[in-house]
Parts: sequence; C-alpha cells; structure tokens
Amino acid sequence: MTTETPSTCDIVGRGNRDGAQLFRDWFTELGETAEKGEQSAYVFVMGSMNEILKTFDLPVVFPEINSLQTAVRRVAGDFLSEAEDYGYSPDICGYVKADVSVQLRGGEHPMGRIPKPSIAVLTNACNTYVKWAEIWERMHGCPMFTLDVPGTRQAGTQSWPGDQDFENDRRYVQKQISELITLCEQVTGKKFDIDKFREILRHANTMSVGWRRVIEANKARPAPFNALTDGTIFLGVANGFRGTREGADYFNDLVEEMEYKATNGIGALAEEIYRLVFIGVPCYPIFRRFNELFSEWGGSFINSTYLWFASGGTNLGFEYDLAKPLESMAEGTLINVRDAMDSMFHQDRMLVDMVDDYAVDGVVYHPIKSCRTVSTGLADSRGYFAAKKDIPSLFVESDMMDSRVISEAQMKNRVDAFFEGLASRKQKAAIAGKEN
Amino acid sequence: MAYAAGVDVGSTQTKAAIVDEDRKIVATALIDTGSNVVAAAENVFEKALKESDIANEEVEYVIGTGYGRYRVTFGNDQVTEISCHGRGAVHMFPNTRTVVDMGGQDTKAIRIGETGEIEDFCMNDKCAAGTGRFLGAAAAALDLTLDDLGPTALRYTKPVKISTTCTVFAESEVLSWLGKGKKVEDILWGVHESIATRSAGLMRRVGIQDEITFTGGVTRNIAMVKALEERLGKKLNISDDSHYMGALGAALFAMDRIIASRQPHASAEAAQ
Repeated sequence: MTTETPSTCDIVGRGNRDGAQLFRDWFTELGETAEKGEQSAYVFVMGSMNEILKTFDLPVVFPEINSLQTAVRRVAGDFLSEAEDYGYSPDICGYVKADVSVQLRGGEHPMGRIPKPSIAVLTNACNTYVKWAEIWERMHGCPMFTLDVPGTRQAGTQSWPGDQDFENDRRYVQKQISELITLCEQVTGKKFDIDKFREILRHANTMSVGWRRVIEANKARPAPFNALTDGTIFLGVANGFRGTREGADYFNDLVEEMEYKATNGIGALAEEIYRLVFIGVPCYPIFRRFNELFSEWGGSFINSTYLWFASGGTNLGFEYDLAKPLESMAEGTLINVRDAMDSMFHQDRMLVDMVDDYAVDGVVYHPIKSCRTVSTGLADSRGYFAAKKDIPSLFVESDMMDSRVISEAQMKNRVDAFFEGLASRKQKAAIAGKEN
Repeated sequence: MAYAAGVDVGSTQTKAAIVDEDRKIVATALIDTGSNVVAAAENVFEKALKESDIANEEVEYVIGTGYGRYRVTFGNDQVTEISCHGRGAVHMFPNTRTVVDMGGQDTKAIRIGETGEIEDFCMNDKCAAGTGRFLGAAAAALDLTLDDLGPTALRYTKPVKISTTCTVFAESEVLSWLGKGKKVEDILWGVHESIATRSAGLMRRVGIQDEITFTGGVTRNIAMVKALEERLGKKLNISDDSHYMGALGAALFAMDRIIASRQPHASAEAAQ
C-alpha cells in the first residue's frame, strides 16, 4: 500500500471551500432545529461557552454572525430599517438591530430559519451583550446567563496561573460555570456528562492549537491567507464548530494548508507588496470591495485583531487540562475572554510586539459607527502605537452593517492616499539603502 | 520645452495647472464642475491651454486628482488630492509641514515631510460640517454671494456662537439668529469661527507642525484665514494660487514622471 502525498490542488483553497460547506451545514442544522421547535442556545463570539452548551447537545446560535451575514448578503438595510421602524435608534449597534428584525420575522434569515433561544449565554466582554440578551429575555421568556469575566485591571498587567489575583479570578469564573451547568440541566432536563465534556474539550484543544498555528503561518512572505477575507471564513468555523470533531478536523486540515502554502511560497495575493494589519471589525456591507481597495495596491492583510477577539481569544492556543476539566475550563475562559477584551482595548501593545515578526508595513484602523465598544479608544491606541513604532497607519471609519454611513468614494480616497504615502516611504528607504 | 499638467476635479470646482520643466506655473484655469465631470475636466484643460498658448501636444503628461480624478479621461495617471496638496504646498512654501485644505466638500489636515510626502492625514467624515459647503449654506441663508462672505464677516462686533456642526441645520440656526435680531456680520463671524474650530481639531489629530499652508477654494475668504489664524495662534502661508494647489501638485508629479522617463535612475522626488 502506498501513501499518496496530497497535491497542491487538493490542499490550496481547501480551507475556504470546506469552511463554506461547514457554514452551510451549520445553518441547515439550525433550520431543522427551528422547524422541529427544538432547543437552542444563543451565544456570542467573545466567550461562547460552546464547550458547556455542546455537552448538553444545545445547538449554538451566534446572532452576531447571523447579523453580519445579512450585510454580506446585502440585505442588512431591510433588517435595520425594520428594527428602526420598531423603535430602535439609527445609533444602536447594527448587529442588535438586524437580530431584532430576525426575531420579529419569526427567525427568517437569508441563510435559513433561526431557532428561538432556550437559553442565552453572554459575557461582559461587550457592554451591549447584556442589553441585547435582555431583548430575547423579554421577547422569548428565555433565561439569560451572564458570565462575568474579570478583565485586565490595567494595560500590560495581566496576571497568570499561580498569581494570587489570577487564582482568585479563576475560582470566581469556575463558580459561575458551575451555576451555568446547573441552569443548563434545568433548561434541558439532562444531567451534565463530564466524560462527554472532556471529549469536547479535547476537540476544542485541537482547534485552539490549530488556530494559533494558522495565524502564525502568516509570518511567511507572502502571507498564505488574507486575514480579512479568508480569516473571516475560518472564524465562522472556529465559533460554530468549537468542541466538535468536524471543527478539529477542519483546523488540522487548515494548518496543513497554510503551512504548505507558507513553505511553497503560495500567497493570498499574487504580488504582495505591503503587509498590513487590520484593527477592528470588517466592513461587511462592501466586504470584498473593501479588501480590493487595498489589494489593488498590493496590500495584503496578514493579521487582524478581529481574528483574535472574534474567536473569543482562542487564537492564543490555550489547551485545557483534561485531567481537571472544570478548573481548566475556568482558566481557559478567563485567559481567552480577557485576551479578547485586550485585543479590543489594548491592542496597541500586542501590535508593538508583533510588527517585527510579521514584517508589517502598515496598520489599518477601522472604527465603526455602530460599535462604540470596539471603536472608542482607537484614536488613542493609534497614537500610542505611533509613538512606539515608526509604521504608517490609516484611520478609516465606516460601519460593519449600515451602508448608509459608508461612502466608498471617500474611503477609496483615503486608502489611495495611504498607499501613496507608503510608496513614497518605500522609495525613500530604497534610495537611502543604495546610498549607504 | 515639455509641459506637464494637473487637473483637479473637485466636488464644486475643477481646476487645472500647467507647469514647465523649471516647475514654474505657466497657466491655471478654473470652472464649475457641474454635472458632467468628464466635460468639466476637458474644458478646464482647454481653458488652461488657451490661456498659456500651449498646444495640447506640448503637454507630455497629465495627472488627474480630486474626487473626479478617474474621470480625467485624457490623463495619464491619477494621484489623490491629499498627496497633490502636500506636494504643491511644499513647492510653494518649502518649509511647509502641515497643510490644511478646505474645499467644497471636505476639509483635510495633512502632515508632510520635507519633499511633501504624506506622513499622516485626517479628513472630515461623511458630513460637510466644517467645509466650504457649510459656508455656502450660510451664504444662501443670508442671501449673500460667496465672495461677500469674508468682508462681511470681518465687520463683526458681537459675534454669535453657532452651536450646530451640521451644514443643513446651520442654515436654520442662522435664520433663527436673524429672527432674534442679530446682525448678519456677527452671525457670519460665528459661522467662520465654527468652521475654524473644526478644522483646527482635524489638524491637531495629525499633529500641527510649522509651517502651516492653507490651500483650497476657501483660502480666498479673508475671514476664514483670520479665524483659522486666531484659532491656531499661528500665521498661515497663503498664495494667490492656493486655490490651485491640488492641480499644481498634480502637475508637479506629472513633470516628475516626464523627467524620470528621460533618466533611467530617477531622483528621490521623481516617479511617486
């Protein structure tokens, strides 16, 4: 028997193809759940608690992902208008409003029908999460569970296992996880199965380690994947399939693909000239076009804070200790959710640490009108980064949902000027190099 | 002698500048943009050629800039007006390190290096507050021409404070002050101060470094110059050609390309 080595055509593009299929499968399953009137859990990307909920066989619904899908599919305007007609202000988070419309439409969504929540689980990572879950609580009468995860007290002062502060925080989170388990038992009528939980943690470990390796593969030049476009597909699987065998297998394959591309010099962009980091949430209403504004200049997004916080901090590669599953779940939740928050609020420090390894040429800050949580502080953060590293940055504001506040012409003007500056800088550096 | 041209298609007006090989301005022209952007670019270029008595064939390279830069169909390339204003400003005032460009639709603050290259920039967002359009709205409400605005505003004695930052609401606020018996000049100065405050804010975001050059159509408004200088506590560089700074920068880039094409090993300034 011979072992065949997979060819380039087998490997390259597999992550996007399989990711898209898994994504469709997930929504098909949610549609079936809705049709049967079965239970589901509504969760968020920053601290989904997938591991606990899947132990109770609860399908997970990510309303943030449902909402962004309406924008990608260019129907967000209808959903936003409906929520505004219902009474929500244009200034409220676009994700919330699109979801309110989905709920008002009885779960109707461009990707299929979304089941009603049997339980809503959230963390304090985003201050809108609490108010959002309260809407479901009122609409559907489902219980909501808020997991309070202690964040970093002050930028750059994270505590770690063994530190007194960390151990106190870990116990605090573990106690809340026990309460969540009790609530899930009440909601589902099932007993918590520790062995099943351990198996789910094992799959989650594979995914976390894989996610970290995938991101690190982009240190290669050219970068094997686009952190904004491809990365968002990977994120969908990272969230929806966390703790599952399919999710673990997908990330094993993805690591193989990205490391293969890195080794063989296959880049996301045919000619990568500028290596960029994206800060914030993508511009979903013109998702592909937004990326083209940069790729037309040879700009490739090689990393993004979105890959960090929208994966709930699982990019760190934290591995649960299967011998101490609950204690370790608390530890992982604390570290990951805290990192997700730090990725939004103190990302300047992370950037300073990574720009050399990833050979970054520029940073693109994308504050969005409808999310103050992720946007407030970006100007300050940019100033801190500029003081530490002589790397140009662009500040371009739009929205993740609302095309009414997106002007492509204005955006293009700023992006073009940014690249003209980068080109001039590169040229000067080349001349200075020749003279020396 | 070769010539190079820049055509700056703005939201309100379209400007052209032609420079010779010594990078001296030999012609400028200006027309209202109107609804036909392609025609506006062609017409302003024709006007500049006529003014200088230069034949079309003598202009070897044309760069389009401004929002309509891709509609300069006869142009050879496009460069953003952000780069062009920086380049034009440092050409006219070599010590320029900060540029404030106030046009019909947007106001830009640009921090530049020694050769005019962009170091950082900031613009008003999807709103015309603090731009020439804001002045236009005030002029319409007060039944004045744009040219009358500056001299009228400078006659102020008791300025009023305009609280809105919205161009649409500015008009109603102006009318409401008129209704309260305030003098036109006092209201107008308030409008200028409001714009100066917003513009200074943009400049602070990129970091104000001396010298500051003021460019764009609003430079012709003497009250705006005074209001900005008072707000910043600094003197601004202004020239009679400040309105053409974007077109001039584009023409200079175009001349760089001509010279670079003759020399295989281009200079630092060339071929951006």
